[in-house]
Amino acid sequence: MIKKTPSPRKTEVSDSGYDARQVPINAKLAPDEKINFFRDMVRIRRFEERCLRSYQAGGKIGGFLHLYIGQESVAVGCVSVMGKDDHIITAYRDHGHGLAVGMGMNEMMAENYGKYTGCSKGKGGSMHFFDPSRHYWGGHGIVGGQVPLGTGIAYALKFKGIKGACMTFMGDGAVNQGAVHESYNLAALWELPVVYIIENNGYSMGTSQERSSAGESLAGRAAGYGMNWAIVENGHDVYEVRDKVSKALKLAHEQSKPSVLEIRTYRYRGHSVADPDSTYRDKAEIEEYKSTKDPIMVYQNALVAEGVLNDEIIKKIEDAARAEAETSAQFAEQSPYPTLEDIKKDVYWEVDNPQDKKSVGSLFFD
Amino acid sequence: MPVITYREALRHAMDEELGRDPNVVILGEEVGQFHGAYKVTEGLLAKYGPKRIVDTPISEAGFLGLGIGSAMLGLRPVMELMFFSFYSVAFDQIFNNAANIRYMSGGLINCPIVIRGPANGGTNVGATHSHTPESIAAYHPGIKVVVPSTPYDAKGLLKSAIRDNDPVMFMENTMLYGETGEVPDEEYLIPLGSAKVMREGKDISIIGHGRAIQMALKAADMLKEKHNINAEVVDLRSIRPLDEETVLASVKKTNRVLLVEEAKPFCSVSAMLACIIQEKAFDYLDAPIRRVTSMDAPAIYSPPLEKEQLPTPQKIFDGALAVLK
Repeated sequence: MIKKTPSPRKTEVSDSGYDARQVPINAKLAPDEKINFFRDMVRIRRFEERCLRSYQAGGKIGGFLHLYIGQESVAVGCVSVMGKDDHIITAYRDHGHGLAVGMGMNEMMAENYGKYTGCSKGKGGSMHFFDPSRHYWGGHGIVGGQVPLGTGIAYALKFKGIKGACMTFMGDGAVNQGAVHESYNLAALWELPVVYIIENNGYSMGTSQERSSAGESLAGRAAGYGMNWAIVENGHDVYEVRDKVSKALKLAHEQSKPSVLEIRTYRYRGHSVADPDSTYRDKAEIEEYKSTKDPIMVYQNALVAEGVLNDEIIKKIEDAARAEAETSAQFAEQSPYPTLEDIKKDVYWEVDNPQDKKSVGSLFFD
Repeated sequence: MPVITYREALRHAMDEELGRDPNVVILGEEVGQFHGAYKVTEGLLAKYGPKRIVDTPISEAGFLGLGIGSAMLGLRPVMELMFFSFYSVAFDQIFNNAANIRYMSGGLINCPIVIRGPANGGTNVGATHSHTPESIAAYHPGIKVVVPSTPYDAKGLLKSAIRDNDPVMFMENTMLYGETGEVPDEEYLIPLGSAKVMREGKDISIIGHGRAIQMALKAADMLKEKHNINAEVVDLRSIRPLDEETVLASVKKTNRVLLVEEAKPFCSVSAMLACIIQEKAFDYLDAPIRRVTSMDAPAIYSPPLEKEQLPTPQKIFDGALAVLK
């Protein structure tokens, strides 16, 4: 389903008889690796379900909580093909990517609770998870605002001569932001190793794609910049995600070329927990997706058919994920809040590193 | 000591830092092949090549955001805005991303970026190109704001800004690019946040920043000549961090204050200073604080009127007499 751009920058096209399971990157997977993908998807879902309970019962989590439920195969598939020098950045629906790169549930849940033990010490909240040690650069709240940053990370990789790429995620609502188009232009112009990934869940908040975006394809806009692009039609299929994303990463690694992937997916919950979703879609639509394309169910069935999973292993994974999520909620509950003194920390590097402070004068005002 | 222009002083600062640190990169519109719209970066492309001196498309949100992302990964980008006024095109990138990234990551990520360019009126380019956003920038915790008024300060402050690990907005002035001053050959740095007493006096403190300081010095000469008044002129040089100590010491010495700036009066740097002075030195004041600022309207194009909209030495002279009345 990879489409040709009008430019000479060709990429392979082959749709007939396409079977994502059979492509080399998937065919060579060991059973353990497959089970790990399944486990990560389950962990994301159970973690978020636990978050939802904390949000709704007792108001332990405030503000926004953008749940990734339904989209788990995208983050897990994409992260599974990251190399050691690859980086990742996304918008505010960022829990799945965090768990996929290896962040712990404890630090993530504590962040949602606004606790000092959170990954951002309770200063960022649900939308702002970061783990630079795992090359995860957030977690950004403004639609499309992270896209120039991801482009800059790719720029820095190229500047430093590192053969890595930056997977820069955005939602389908972001494609109409100017900053996204400016980034596309810079990435194509300067041949930056970036893979733009549009997680198209069909709705930018409560506005469907057809009510918000002109043209036939969101990814197809890349053609205007002479960039390669492709659509991952079955975003619920972790294998198809891995196949298409690994090809885009290869293009970035080997030729330092950007590309745009549109991964079709679906979210089950509202835009944020605080937003009802009954005004813009039918319950039947959600149920239809859940019953036919749920990424965890589909993958579970496939692995059971392959003989990789059985009821016993599934139960173990499910129980462990639930227990891990429950433990994280207890950890968050028992953790301390940041102090009043903490409010003014982590604002300026200099203030937090007084031994290396070079400036004088006041940086804060009462 | 060599006498060079403000423009050359800025160029020397970037040249030295490019030579010192391979992570420094200059990006902006026309900075390379064109030598800079105001020729500040002239010659740097020939010396450092296109990897270090990068011409960008006219795409402020894109290239400033790219610079911020690259700074997160350890580069030290120095971004030129052809006019500082164009900062508004990249407002989200600067004030949501650069200013907040350290905070929202709980201190995990730094953003050592410099955003520099001319922020001034007086060149008949109309309201869109004549913004003086010192107070808007300094309003945001996480951001530093520096405004040099002399070649010596321009060089020493820009070098410090480039080495700083926090985002710095460095506001220059096209009217000062051609002004000359003594700048030593040997390397020096000026710490951000240190004000400078440009002229000592005992009768009144005239406090401000940027080109208004050059006007204040002329006004101080007039005050001395015509009324034998000894005005002290204090150049803030940096808005955030702010050298409250030097400001308050001057106020306590002269007991009278005139604040000057090229920006508009409402919610401005001088408004903040007036607040700080009355909070911390109220008992030392012998008269109400007065201000000379730009007239409170968008920058007018009409050349003779734009001159009158902005502060002038005469307005500062009159303002000082009003404080001393």
